[in-house]
Amino acid sequence: MTKLTYTEKKDTRSGFGDGLLELGRSNPDVVGLCADLIGSLKMGAFQKEFPERFFQTGIAEANMMGIAAGLATAGKIPFTGTFANFSTSRVYDQLRQSIAYSEKNVKVCASHAGLTLGEDGATHQVLEDIGMTKMLPNFTVINPCDYYQTKAATIAIAEHHGPVYLRFGRPGWPMFMEDQPFEIGKAITLIEGSDVSIFATGHMVWKAIEAEAILADQGISAEVINIHTIKPLDEDAVLKSISKTGCAVSAEEHQAAGGLGESIAQTIVTNHLVPQEFVAVNDQFGESGKPEELLDKYGLGVNDIVEKVKKVISRKQ
Amino acid sequence: MQADLDNLKKICSQVRRDIVRMVHTVQSGHPGGSLGCTEYFVALYNHAMSYNTSFNMEGSGEDMFFLSNGHISPVFYSTLARVGFFEISELNTFRKIGSRLQGHPATEEGLPGVRIASGSLGQGLSVASGAALAKKINGDDKLVYVLMGDGEQQEGQIWEAAMFAAHNKIDNLIATIDYNGQQIDGKTDDVNSLGNLEDKYRSFGWEILSCDGNNLEELIRTLEDAKSKSGNGKPVLILMKTEMGKGVDFMEGTHKWHGIAPNDEQLESALGQLEETLGDY
Repeated sequence: MTKLTYTEKKDTRSGFGDGLLELGRSNPDVVGLCADLIGSLKMGAFQKEFPERFFQTGIAEANMMGIAAGLATAGKIPFTGTFANFSTSRVYDQLRQSIAYSEKNVKVCASHAGLTLGEDGATHQVLEDIGMTKMLPNFTVINPCDYYQTKAATIAIAEHHGPVYLRFGRPGWPMFMEDQPFEIGKAITLIEGSDVSIFATGHMVWKAIEAEAILADQGISAEVINIHTIKPLDEDAVLKSISKTGCAVSAEEHQAAGGLGESIAQTIVTNHLVPQEFVAVNDQFGESGKPEELLDKYGLGVNDIVEKVKKVISRKQ
Repeated sequence: MQADLDNLKKICSQVRRDIVRMVHTVQSGHPGGSLGCTEYFVALYNHAMSYNTSFNMEGSGEDMFFLSNGHISPVFYSTLARVGFFEISELNTFRKIGSRLQGHPATEEGLPGVRIASGSLGQGLSVASGAALAKKINGDDKLVYVLMGDGEQQEGQIWEAAMFAAHNKIDNLIATIDYNGQQIDGKTDDVNSLGNLEDKYRSFGWEILSCDGNNLEELIRTLEDAKSKSGNGKPVLILMKTEMGKGVDFMEGTHKWHGIAPNDEQLESALGQLEETLGDY
């Protein structure tokens, strides 16, 4: 396998903005909506090029979700843009009734997810959004790991008919997934290994890659798998990997309850029982700080992954 | 016109029979608001709207209707069946397991004529506004209708949508409020007063019409008026005064029949007041 490196960092939300612009050019049914965060969501280029297909809803997210459901009813493919907490907890009933239960082809695109939005603090650091969206029948839930993958995912979800939650973030982050095809629901094995399977999503994929290098130096062979699609989960990839390694660590910028790790655990206990450890936020709200400081403080740093790997290996029979 | 009116009145009587029979059969459902809005549904689907009963979700080139106050599903289902969206006999499955006629309208089972799930209140005006925007993008000059309850006006999302529709000049949208002054816990004035809805919507930038929603002739005139006022840069609202429970004397004018079913005796009394004009299902 090629060594995973990066020369540049870029925010995943820019991948969304660039992907949306490309979609606008290739698919006339794609419509953009934003609730007063055009700059933050990087939707300005789409708005400028396709003003007749862009709707500024103002600070009214519930209405934006309903408008999107109506546009989808009449055959459009609406992409809504706001922060992740305003895309989920603020509008959960609208997602549930007008979009999920009504089977509307709405793409709920959510930036500033997780602790890494940083200084704005806990009001904005939603850590429950994966759980909320994955619980809704009909919803597909995607959390890409870098600029390239977010751009590819944005383009891919327009071809998928049905509600999608696309989660991305604010800070510049290593770019390493260039030219990788994006297939919804298909996990990507980034590094092969034999002692432990690390299943990571979103920003934590890069942390898992860094952890793997440290573990390799200590003689531990870790397999790193990029789970960009949390629902539907690529169960075959999970089971194939754990059958080989015999243990699992999940890593995500989310509460342990309701997150990727919980989905992995469900797969493991119902198919092939092995020990699992969780790198996730443990039933806490975040706080203001720099992204890296926050990840370390809340147990989502590279060393936390390394420690959880050692622990889970020690639990193997 | 008189022949048309006579015919519509006959349909209203049958729809009211359907409503009380559906609710009685499963001993659940919402007869009060359904009976109050019977003239509206009958006038909309038999006179005002142009649509195809060979249902297509996207509704291109036809008028579309969204029901926001989904609990009055009995009148919606009866009307859809009576104009030919599905077999009238299917009304007999209302609220039963495996039915397409869910307690509150849903799209999941593919019931023709239903384009959005509703029941959790306050969402329909947004959805209708979105569909109306899509028609504008597509150059489709047909209209979008939505019915809301008056108690539902207490939901904040309604006012987000009211602001948005006016700001975006969604003038191919005709919203109607079932203004019966009642909600589950009592009179709207006692529960959480709506104030002057006419002034409120007008100040948001809407064109306002009002009518007696149980007077078929006046309602039809108002719907025609609403259509003529579309395309003028403003969304149109009809404040439609109705009487909850209209047509069944012991249900009229009270919130008590919002969500309960008549017993056998009460059904008999209700049916005695409603002529069977088109044949029961």
